[in-house]
Amino acid sequence: MIARDRISKLTANLILLALGILFVLPLLWVLFASVNRTAGLRVELPTSPTFANFKAVLNVTTTYRPVLNGLILCGGAALLTMVCAVLAAYPLSRFKTKFNRPFLLTVLFCTGLPITAVMVPVYGLFVQLNLVDTLGGTIMFMATSSLPFAIWLTKTFMDGVPISLEEAAWVDGASNMKALRRIVLPLMWPGIAVVLIFTFIGMWGNFFVPFMLLLSPERLPASVSIFTFFGQYGEPNYGQLAAYSLIYTTPVLLLYLLLSRKLGGAFALGGAIKG
Amino acid sequence: MTTSASAVPVPAGRKADRNGRPRGANFLKMMPLAPAIGLMLVFLAGPILYCVYAAFTNMALTGTGAANVKFVGLDNFRKAFGSSAFTNSIWLTLVFTLISAIIGQNTLGLGLALLMRRSTKFVRNFVGTAVIGAWVLPEIVAAYLLSAFFNDDGTLNVILHKVGLPGQDWLYAAPIVAVSIANIWRGTAFSMLVYSAALSEVPKEIEESAEMDGAGGWRRLVFVTVPMISRAIMTNLMLITLQTLSVFGLIYAMTRGGPGTKSQTLPLYMYEQAFSFSQIGYGTAIALVMLAIGAIFSLIYLRGLNSEAA
Repeated sequence: MIARDRISKLTANLILLALGILFVLPLLWVLFASVNRTAGLRVELPTSPTFANFKAVLNVTTTYRPVLNGLILCGGAALLTMVCAVLAAYPLSRFKTKFNRPFLLTVLFCTGLPITAVMVPVYGLFVQLNLVDTLGGTIMFMATSSLPFAIWLTKTFMDGVPISLEEAAWVDGASNMKALRRIVLPLMWPGIAVVLIFTFIGMWGNFFVPFMLLLSPERLPASVSIFTFFGQYGEPNYGQLAAYSLIYTTPVLLLYLLLSRKLGGAFALGGAIKG
Repeated sequence: MTTSASAVPVPAGRKADRNGRPRGANFLKMMPLAPAIGLMLVFLAGPILYCVYAAFTNMALTGTGAANVKFVGLDNFRKAFGSSAFTNSIWLTLVFTLISAIIGQNTLGLGLALLMRRSTKFVRNFVGTAVIGAWVLPEIVAAYLLSAFFNDDGTLNVILHKVGLPGQDWLYAAPIVAVSIANIWRGTAFSMLVYSAALSEVPKEIEESAEMDGAGGWRRLVFVTVPMISRAIMTNLMLITLQTLSVFGLIYAMTRGGPGTKSQTLPLYMYEQAFSFSQIGYGTAIALVMLAIGAIFSLIYLRGLNSEAA
């Protein structure tokens, strides 16, 4: 019995290791190519590693401005999402009215709608409202598109905060908003951080929305400007593309590390989703 | 300090006392919802309604449809369902969703979550980081990585040559399979996380007693573990199906829908019609079909959640 158990553990570990290696394989190319001056699509160990690719892309037009644009765009949108989601989650979590259930069902329904499909009319709307190629308009749309999911997750986390503490505060005459700010938020900040970080990561990687709504090169975030490596000039410089990809990925990797060190990692998110 | 009941808002879980309360109080309480509702009305409900309107017109950016927009009834839909490019894209979308979400991400995610319960901490962390790492990568970076992986000179062919198998340019030979695998690579983390959370709540004793009763590994999985996480499976299947239906950037950056239209799923077809060919009316009709597919899945999902909760 014990021997069989050990064998099954060993097989589990071996299968997992193999799967893990399969997931790592595609990453090899970007690591090797970024330090190889003459990189192509072939995966090869660079003979003389160099940081020339990084040096070449670290300038205002290629890297600094798109990354800054991305931070403004995704940071702004993620914050807007979070503020709206927390405000909306409070009454949904705390008060039982006839309105709650239909609203939550609508929110859930909206999480299922393919945002890609709405992009054609959204573009039309943006033309009407003169919002095409503005950061503000794009921020508002990005915030809206992640709002249903964020409201749902925030409400789930907020339901975990016991209501008894607030009842005492209400009795003492605190308003709802004060109770939310002073009592609920401090108790659920890990949940807030999880939702905020995942909202940001999702937006940071989002290509289609800024690709459609922003036009001028000086406003494009990193997710879209990476496309300019495949310009009209034929073969792109793959080494520089790889170096840029690594730089562009760094912010979300750092956020993810923060998440996994301090907040129980992505597994907290899984717990909130499965409901 | 007063303890008058009317000063205390009614907490969740208790029946609301609507009698002694002025009507405005309820309305005021729900005010924090206003910013979220406002944004969703303008940027979500608005475009969807606009979509319903434009789908029945000949709206275009150039040509006759640009000068005077006319109602054309069901013409756009007739045109769509009569066009082989449209049916091709529907077919490819179904294949893409079936391979990459329902079979790939779902099964692999469940498998990873199950295996991780029996593995050592080091292996668990390594695999978890690798899988989640692929997930947090920006969509376009993931697309480039996988393009390089499937390329003629790419990692996959290098490995195939090493073991003596013939390689080929996978993006050319089997584009829809290549983008499906790319989507599995990128999306499996989500299912893994949902299933890990669900499995962590399955009591060990139940599985152990099933083992005592002589239920082997597979039987235990099918008859004991899976039924206990059926709600999570339902939720997960719906969410990944819906996510996969609207994948655009990954495919666009890897193949642009090509070669020809061999990997042109519905979102790419819509984009091509609406923007490359400037047929806004026709493009929104396709968008409406996509929304309808999403809405149907979403409703099934809500029903599932409801009947589980009851």
